[in-house]
Amino acid sequence: MDGKQSIILTGAIVGALAVALVKLGNPINMGLCIVCFIRDTAGALGLHRDGVVQYIRPEIIGIALGAFLAALKSGDFNTRGGSAPFTRFILGIFVVIGSLMFLGCPLRMVLRLAGGDLNALLGLVGFAVGIYIGVGFLNNGFTLKRTYSLQRAEGYMFSALQLALLYLLLAQPDFIFFSIEGPGSAYAPVIISLAAGIIIGVTAQRTRLCMVGGLRDLIMFKDTHLISGFIAILVVALGGSFIIGTFNLGFIDQPVAHADGLWNFLGMMLAGLGSVLLGGCPMRQIVLGAEGNIDSVITFMGMLVGSGFAHNFGLAASAAGPTANGRIAVVIGLIVLVVIGFLNTEKAMEVRMKGDVDINV
Amino acid sequence: MFNKVDARGRSCPEPVLLTKRAIDQHPDGVQVIVDNTTARENVKRFAENSGYKVGIVEDGEDYLLTLGR
Repeated sequence: MDGKQSIILTGAIVGALAVALVKLGNPINMGLCIVCFIRDTAGALGLHRDGVVQYIRPEIIGIALGAFLAALKSGDFNTRGGSAPFTRFILGIFVVIGSLMFLGCPLRMVLRLAGGDLNALLGLVGFAVGIYIGVGFLNNGFTLKRTYSLQRAEGYMFSALQLALLYLLLAQPDFIFFSIEGPGSAYAPVIISLAAGIIIGVTAQRTRLCMVGGLRDLIMFKDTHLISGFIAILVVALGGSFIIGTFNLGFIDQPVAHADGLWNFLGMMLAGLGSVLLGGCPMRQIVLGAEGNIDSVITFMGMLVGSGFAHNFGLAASAAGPTANGRIAVVIGLIVLVVIGFLNTEKAMEVRMKGDVDINV
Repeated sequence: MFNKVDARGRSCPEPVLLTKRAIDQHPDGVQVIVDNTTARENVKRFAENSGYKVGIVEDGEDYLLTLGR
């Protein structure tokens, strides 16, 4: 099977599993949502106390562990870090704030589209604009500089954290919060969610599936490789939502969504720009973290902390629409990201050349 | 003598971008050094799509990609 077939198949698997997870209990159009699920996990750990979105999501654990095992087996596992870790932490926070304005990460955006939620179209346009701006920074020499090799054991810590979360999920000690109503109380059986996550983690690691990489590579290099996975998810989840009867075309009364077009647009613009500067969408950050990329682990921690902020400070939107605080946070986020973009742009970016040729491009 | 691009440690899609800049300047061929399989595959795909033949040599933890017509 060539690369393109594999990534299309992976997209199809992700789309099918997302639909199956809805059928088995996850919220509608939210079979998978990386940011929402990190947010639910943050809530379960008490990092925020929004009672309707607290649950340790096994899908996240599964994706990380699946990617870890796949990386170990394939030899891709390689511990490295040091590429602007704190900047990535900040970017992680704002990717979450943008996503929770829209109510979904780039993956859920595709699943919402597949479910007929037309609000996601505005999200998609905003996402594309954010990516376009990010590509502009990349083309002008934006870089967070290189990573360096680290102790192998450092790379195991992320997966150890996932095992600890799995233990907390199963043991359910008193200090862990689980929603009894709202989206956090809607979930598929643990073993199925975990297994689905592992399958996604393995296949996404092997194919490097990335929601933001698709549009980015299409814009930058006219490369359709990654976007074909994106489209496969959309097509399969669209078919699946008809099969399980959740397809509902329109803007209003969409599940876990609001119809404020401007803020759906701006939220995903923030998430798209942040993801391009990070080099990958939230799902890809988990996979990279599991492969030993400590900068992506730091990004994950930023997303965890950011989702705590998002609910503690009333930044996350709800079915009732965006909040005033959320609007301010998204605008601040766009400003911060643009500043980060400029501050990390090397004018006359130097390409290191051997053979007595120094060129500046 | 090949022109050599050091893209080790760079996150996606910088290795491809650096390669693109290098072949714009030196269309006859360049060498690209990367240190992970993601970058190796991405640079290889980009180079092949741009009409280059790609030779890959593993060198410790790094991969040396030679792009030629």
